[in-house]
Amino acid sequence: MRKPNSRFDCEAASLQFVFRALAALAIVVLIAPSLIVIVTSFTASQSLKFPPEGFSLRWYRALFDATQMQNAAWNSLVVALWTTAISSVLGTAAALGIARSKSAWVKGWDMVFMSPLVLPALAFGFAALIYIYQMGLRPSLGFLILGHVVVCVPFVIRMTLAALTQLDPALLDASESLGAGGWMTFRRVTLPLISRGVGAGAFLAFMASFDNVPVSLFLADERTEVLPIHLWQQIEDNLDVRTAAASGLIVVLTLALMILAERFAGLTRQMRT
Amino acid sequence: MRLNQNQLVLPLAALFAVSFITPLCVLIALSLSVGPEVRPTTVMHYIKALGDPYNVSILFGTLLLGLKATLVCLGFGFPIAWLCARATPRWQSILLMIVVLPILTSVVVRTFSWIVILGRQGVINNIAMGLGLVSEPLKLLFTEFGVILVLAQVQMPLMVLPIMTVLSRIDPNLENASRALGAGEWRTLWRVTLPLSLPGVIAGCTLTFAACVTAFVTHTLIGGARLIYMPYHIYSQAIGANNWPFAAAISVVFMIAVMMVIALLGRLSMMSRVDA
Repeated sequence: MRKPNSRFDCEAASLQFVFRALAALAIVVLIAPSLIVIVTSFTASQSLKFPPEGFSLRWYRALFDATQMQNAAWNSLVVALWTTAISSVLGTAAALGIARSKSAWVKGWDMVFMSPLVLPALAFGFAALIYIYQMGLRPSLGFLILGHVVVCVPFVIRMTLAALTQLDPALLDASESLGAGGWMTFRRVTLPLISRGVGAGAFLAFMASFDNVPVSLFLADERTEVLPIHLWQQIEDNLDVRTAAASGLIVVLTLALMILAERFAGLTRQMRT
Repeated sequence: MRLNQNQLVLPLAALFAVSFITPLCVLIALSLSVGPEVRPTTVMHYIKALGDPYNVSILFGTLLLGLKATLVCLGFGFPIAWLCARATPRWQSILLMIVVLPILTSVVVRTFSWIVILGRQGVINNIAMGLGLVSEPLKLLFTEFGVILVLAQVQMPLMVLPIMTVLSRIDPNLENASRALGAGEWRTLWRVTLPLSLPGVIAGCTLTFAACVTAFVTHTLIGGARLIYMPYHIYSQAIGANNWPFAAAISVVFMIAVMMVIALLGRLSMMSRVDA
């Protein structure tokens, strides 16, 4: 048989060319900001000019004295860890229920759980603030974590559900017919098989919480100031080169975490399903 | 044990009932009240939100911004997804890492690096001036063009991932059949690949649009003080002007408007499935 596309080589080439060119341009635009911020953070001068006139580590050294920024980073880490832990447990449980259920009310809850992904998170953050005041309380770290769980748990559910759809139900039947109870089957069969999906979801939830602005904007106060809000205010007020150093650090840490997530949870493979 | 697995959703459902649904109900209740107390009820904040041209222009400006940024994302995201779906597994992972990195990096950091690029002394102006393309610095920061460009970069993964999932599921025989029947590559793309990938395209558009209209940090830092979008409007009314009932009303209006656009996209997706 004649190869179907041999006659249209010219057209195939033009399509390939246009798509490759568009993708290449997009990829440059995707990567450039991260690289530029890293290079800029090593500047020796007071300005954010690119390329920098000289290189030094002075702005990284300045980070050691930035206690307010350190506090904010610590708060962000605590909130993100709690959020990830709660989201992973509740989200995985919910995903198991959703995957195996055909009942309408479970499907309804699934939609509710997913809605923070598309609903303006800022409106939810404001709603939560009103609610807390209406109850006669003040924002606290606990409320901040609860708010973050609401906007981060969809990632865990999505990733776990994707992993569950690839799970062969015959394995569960086999485990049960061999005498394992529900809990034992979950621990020894289901969990090991979906652990990469849960891991990828937990990773995304952690990053989403660490990076969250819309909810923290309303629920964090001076005592519980988080890093993204602190940096946002700093950039709004005066463009401080320390922000560049902090940004450079965050980009490098994100990249490192992402490579770890890719190694251990097969992040990109999970995202494809 | 297997019978009552429905109950596994209950813990999260309880948490959502208390910390998601109730706050939204309180928000709606407050938007209907005169002052900080929930009673008496009034619709005056909604009349102001929908009747005042200033508020309406901010709302439509925000929705329009979302649509423009979504279209830019689609224009560049589809080719990336298309190449990704056809690449070898190794290249697929590398391409996906490149696409995903921006969305995982802190949004403030991403936006900050764009300030370095788009500023008067930024990378683009330095290059353009150096090459003699322009005689004085271009104004890129604090323009809608800048906001759209940054949003497109930041939200690209939300567009690429769903499209790629759908593209990699299309039976390659369908495309081969189209070619064997004499359709060129472009025609095959337009008549076969694109219609089949429509559910992924619409899923990507929904997520991208939702993320673009609520991107507070990008709006404020790249848009500056002159370009006001809905999230900042809500924030300034709530925190700056301390007018909670009115801020609640515009929050509700904004949420409903976003949901209407998303519902519209959902309808398109249903129709495309019927056609396919």
